[in-house]
Amino acid sequence: MALADFANPSRFLTFANRAIPWLGGVTLIAFAFGLNQAMVAPDDYQQGATVKIMFLHVPSAWLGMLGWGVMTIAALGTLVWRHPLADVAAKAAAPIGAAFTFLCLVTGSLWGRPEWGTYWVWDARLTSELVLFLLYLGVIALWRTVEDPSRAARAAAILTLVGAIDLPIIKFSVDWWNTLHQGTSVFRLGGSTIYPTILIPLFIMAVAFTLLFVTLHVAAMRNEILRRRVRTLRLMQASAAS
Amino acid sequence: MEATNHIGFIVAAYAAAFAVVGVLIAWVMLDYRAQRRKLADLELRGITRRSATMRSERTMEQAKEEA
Repeated sequence: MALADFANPSRFLTFANRAIPWLGGVTLIAFAFGLNQAMVAPDDYQQGATVKIMFLHVPSAWLGMLGWGVMTIAALGTLVWRHPLADVAAKAAAPIGAAFTFLCLVTGSLWGRPEWGTYWVWDARLTSELVLFLLYLGVIALWRTVEDPSRAARAAAILTLVGAIDLPIIKFSVDWWNTLHQGTSVFRLGGSTIYPTILIPLFIMAVAFTLLFVTLHVAAMRNEILRRRVRTLRLMQASAAS
Repeated sequence: MEATNHIGFIVAAYAAAFAVVGVLIAWVMLDYRAQRRKLADLELRGITRRSATMRSERTMEQAKEEA
């Protein structure tokens, strides 16, 4: 079966019903392993045990951006090909991406207080991350405001494409401006500045969080397809009765 | 020393993560149940995708006949 075949909502439902239990199981195993590795990882020579917050903060930040990335690709699917499953994918990703962005901001605050002496500072990285969270709230509000799903999808797709400008700003903010937030330390030219005993648990936690994102996204897409079926049936019932 | 000084921040961060992930999982599961319940309710009343299509087609035919 080709990947394009899953673009049919009924086929996607069949796939989702089969995949969700497996995805959930693999996610659980990945988290059990990742959390174990995170707990036994040594303390940082400067930060001490607070480095353990990194195992939550960094994957959350990546997933917040991944969520918007998924929505951006889906927005192109909505505007260029007008595919209903692209609308479904975008709508389902928004609350999940918002939740991870929120978690990134909260854990960053809790990490910042002992390291920087403050919960919040208006530097470029923190502010652009907050903007991403507000953009998520805007898209969710737009989906809820416009009743017709296809009209809501087009409006949300335009906002998503405009909001995608924030992704490179978040990524390069620490290079473009002088920030209190540390510079790039994982993916950088010349290799990571993090020692492998901390870097490997970070990667395992990132894989676990990504699997969680995929599981939740597939499940939320299934819910959205069912919601649209309920809506269609009610509309058809109403039109038949009148 | 460092760990005991900042243990509250570490515990709070992990508690926040468990809470956010827990809410996401609960939201997805409860929403799924709600949609399934609504579909089952419509099905109980004899409204399925096929029946709804047939009814709307019948309505259109009736409209054509009346016209």
